[in-house]
Amino acid sequence: MATDRASAKLIKGATGDWEVIVGLEVHAQVTSRSKLFSGASTAFGGEPNSHVSLVDAAMPGMLPVINAECVAQAVRTGLGLKAKINRRSTFDRKNYFYPDLPQGYQISQYKSPIVGEGEIQVELAPDNSIKVGIERLHLEQDAGKSLHDQSPTMSFVDLNRSGVALMEIVSKPDMRSADEAKAYVGKLRTLLRYIGSSDGDMEKGNLRADVNVSVRRPGEALSTRCEIKNVNSIRFIGQAIEAEARRQIALIEDGGAVEQETRLFDPSRGETRSMRSKEEAHDYRYFPDPDLLPLELDDAFIDALAADLPELPDAKRARFMADYGLSAYDASILIAERETADFFEDAVKHGGVKRDAKAVANWLMGDISAQANAQGVAIADAGLSAASLASLVDLIGEGVISGKIAKDLLARLFADDRGADPRALVEAHGLRQVTDAGAIDSAVDAVIAANPDKAEQTKTKPGMLGWFVGQVMKSTGGKANPQAVSDALKKRLGV
Amino acid sequence: MTDLTSLTLAEARDRLKSRAISSVEIASAHLEAIERARGLNAFVAVTADKALQMAEASDARLARREAGPLEGLPIGVKDLYATEGVHTQACSHILDGFKPPYESTVTANLWRDGAVMLGKLNMDEFAMGSSNETSYYGPVASPWLPPNWSRDRARAALSSDKRGLLTPGGSSGGSASAVAARLCLAATASDTGGSIRQPAAFTGIVGIKPTYGRCSRYGMVAFASSLDQAGPLARTVRDAAIMLRSMAGPDLKDSTCSPASVPDYEAAVGRSVKGMKIGVPKEYRLEGMSSEIEALWARGAEWLRAAGASMVDVSLPTTPYALPAYYIVAPAEASSNLARYDGVRYGLREPGADITELYEKTRATGFGTEVRRRLMIGTYVLSAGYYDAYYVRAQKIRTLIKRDFERVFADGVDAILTPATPSAAFGISEKGSDNPVEMYLNDIFTVTVNMAGLPGLAAPAGLSSDGRPLGLQLIGRPFDEETLFALGEAIEQSAGRMTLPEPWWA
Repeated sequence: MATDRASAKLIKGATGDWEVIVGLEVHAQVTSRSKLFSGASTAFGGEPNSHVSLVDAAMPGMLPVINAECVAQAVRTGLGLKAKINRRSTFDRKNYFYPDLPQGYQISQYKSPIVGEGEIQVELAPDNSIKVGIERLHLEQDAGKSLHDQSPTMSFVDLNRSGVALMEIVSKPDMRSADEAKAYVGKLRTLLRYIGSSDGDMEKGNLRADVNVSVRRPGEALSTRCEIKNVNSIRFIGQAIEAEARRQIALIEDGGAVEQETRLFDPSRGETRSMRSKEEAHDYRYFPDPDLLPLELDDAFIDALAADLPELPDAKRARFMADYGLSAYDASILIAERETADFFEDAVKHGGVKRDAKAVANWLMGDISAQANAQGVAIADAGLSAASLASLVDLIGEGVISGKIAKDLLARLFADDRGADPRALVEAHGLRQVTDAGAIDSAVDAVIAANPDKAEQTKTKPGMLGWFVGQVMKSTGGKANPQAVSDALKKRLGV
Repeated sequence: MTDLTSLTLAEARDRLKSRAISSVEIASAHLEAIERARGLNAFVAVTADKALQMAEASDARLARREAGPLEGLPIGVKDLYATEGVHTQACSHILDGFKPPYESTVTANLWRDGAVMLGKLNMDEFAMGSSNETSYYGPVASPWLPPNWSRDRARAALSSDKRGLLTPGGSSGGSASAVAARLCLAATASDTGGSIRQPAAFTGIVGIKPTYGRCSRYGMVAFASSLDQAGPLARTVRDAAIMLRSMAGPDLKDSTCSPASVPDYEAAVGRSVKGMKIGVPKEYRLEGMSSEIEALWARGAEWLRAAGASMVDVSLPTTPYALPAYYIVAPAEASSNLARYDGVRYGLREPGADITELYEKTRATGFGTEVRRRLMIGTYVLSAGYYDAYYVRAQKIRTLIKRDFERVFADGVDAILTPATPSAAFGISEKGSDNPVEMYLNDIFTVTVNMAGLPGLAAPAGLSSDGRPLGLQLIGRPFDEETLFALGEAIEQSAGRMTLPEPWWA
């Protein structure tokens, strides 16, 4: 199996096959009300420099004080990654000068991070998953933002983000393709959202990745890697890996050697370019931060966090497949967002009854998801509650409405009748489907009688049947059961 | 009418409480003394209006019998402490015009207890120095006359470059000079390698650097985070105890500040020292040490014996490595702590064509020579390839120094007695210009205490043959400042109160 995976991912160069090795350092902004070492707000937006404490501004004499919630979030994440929680960890200063780094150093964890080795299962396809190793997770401060486009001569600095807590999650170099890397980031993001330790919002910049890429001939030792910094969308991560792998392969095949360097991905050009060379690399002069005590965690603290963790994606997926008979594919889609999974379960189990899970899943994955996406809102805000979805499925199961009527109902629930009770809507608008054979036959006869030429044509052009179905549906105000109409038409028209 | 500026802090406190004097009176008397002593250059900012406002408020509280422990007492504050709305520059050009919108915890404690702020005191730039000669505002003159100088000669030097006048020591030179010249009843100071104890010894007053973590560092301009500690300078041991009690205490805004409550230090002053075991470390007896200092040390031991303590020889073998290790660790931490002074958010900004030029010009112009020297040393010892050889090694030596003291205390020693300085005060411009290390050697007896995080008290013990003050140092167990105050009082009683110089400067 390993060789199958390996051979599937190889890139063809001019002189033979190449293997791509990818490792990712993901920076995830911690969900917390205040910053890692200061009490200033982490709220998004806000006027520039309005969420800045004296500590964040690095005023003379200011000192960091650790935010316990950020520590808890890191531990929860470590538990979700099945990783070793280090009972003792320390903070180090990473020293360099830049205007969006007020202290002239970033407080990070270099030697002793809070979380050690772990692993994460990544689904590449419903029946194909890989295990990606986690090297470590540590806490560090984010920097502020520099704006260079506000003036021709001056740069502006917004320190709102300065000091916000980040978790840096370092993977082992276990990925072998752009797709694997993309899937890894997607799964990691889902896990963080389940745990609630980060919202993983890449558009807001709350999740970004530094991508390490190297290439080698299959079977050789690991070679020099380049780091592509600050890639802020999953799509770009994939593109960057492919561009960089090809660059390195071409370089080596041309007789050159890959130099270890930091690069940036330019999406408009689809290529990476050098940011700085090894000579220009910063010497960060790491040393333990003397303003902070070592972080010491006891078992009680960790156990309490573990006890409160929600059901994580892998477990939920397995349970959905076992308890609801869902396919791996359907289960994977439903569990991608915790809110969707909860909505699904609430709808299936509403009223203490266990209804058709597949039916619920289909509506959820189909029309309701489409509506939510179109409106740019969460599943629960599309217009109906889990209870309403349960009613809808019940109404179909009871034969009160057809699937088509259900779609009409949804359209109402998404628009003018948001939050209404489906049963009430059916009564109020007379949406019960017509299944009575006699009524359907009369409607069919009426339409056929009104269109004798078309009725004749149907014998040679079976496609006309659809037109007739449409007309009958129209004449019954859409309430006739479409299947019954189609069957009756076929009999009457003799097709 | 008694000259109000010659009262001790304790005496003034009692008279204010009994309403024999008012705070406005005593504040005004000090403001006048400060005005007359401008030549000494002890103060870099005088807050006369604020002082009188605070004094009036104190008088009101005294009238209502709601007096705090320091009610109405005029105090000077080292320029290192953030004082809200008032000049706070650590005597550096790079903090030009900086008036913080916040207060340090130590000074907030003083105001909470009713003290009155006279102004900000001169110091070595960023607390880096042992003679107050690195200050952006120029050197401070000690109120002690150099041997054989006439008052006229001294006055003349005051108004020119001060060359030859005695330094008050450093970095808390302004604080020491002001206290010794009776320009304030006491002053806040700070000590990273000896900056409270050495100036105390040079000017014949009392200074204590408490245990690391005893006082909060919030709002103190940071020099070396793991070594800096706040402490008072005062004219008597009792006064220092009263000051420390107010300055010290838990602070959640400083993660390295101890949560332990503060004992009544004044109650320890006058406690018997009978039965105490005092260690005399042989490694502090330097080759070529002045016989006067040797004699002073022996005299101190005699006094404590007479008071009922017993002296015992002890050994602190890593003592010779403390100074070199200090001059690796302290600059290393400083190189990081001073990175924030970059011209971007506050203080001096020298514009440049791009950010790099802005940084280079601002920091080259804003920092003085000694600061730049230490930043370069600090950056070097932390840099790739040198970190293990210098910084890590120095921290290991630090652990050994600490263990030396732990072993001695575990053997039943209550405190250790040493000289405070290797010499008496020297003249301004006399040392350090050719060889900075010459200046660093001033700290040789004091840095061990900062490296081990222990409390150290300096008390005046006598005068040199040519009339310059000499001091002794007592080193104590962690958080056992009370023993130091008891022993310090015993020395003060034996040595007799130091007669401070009469004003020659006006």
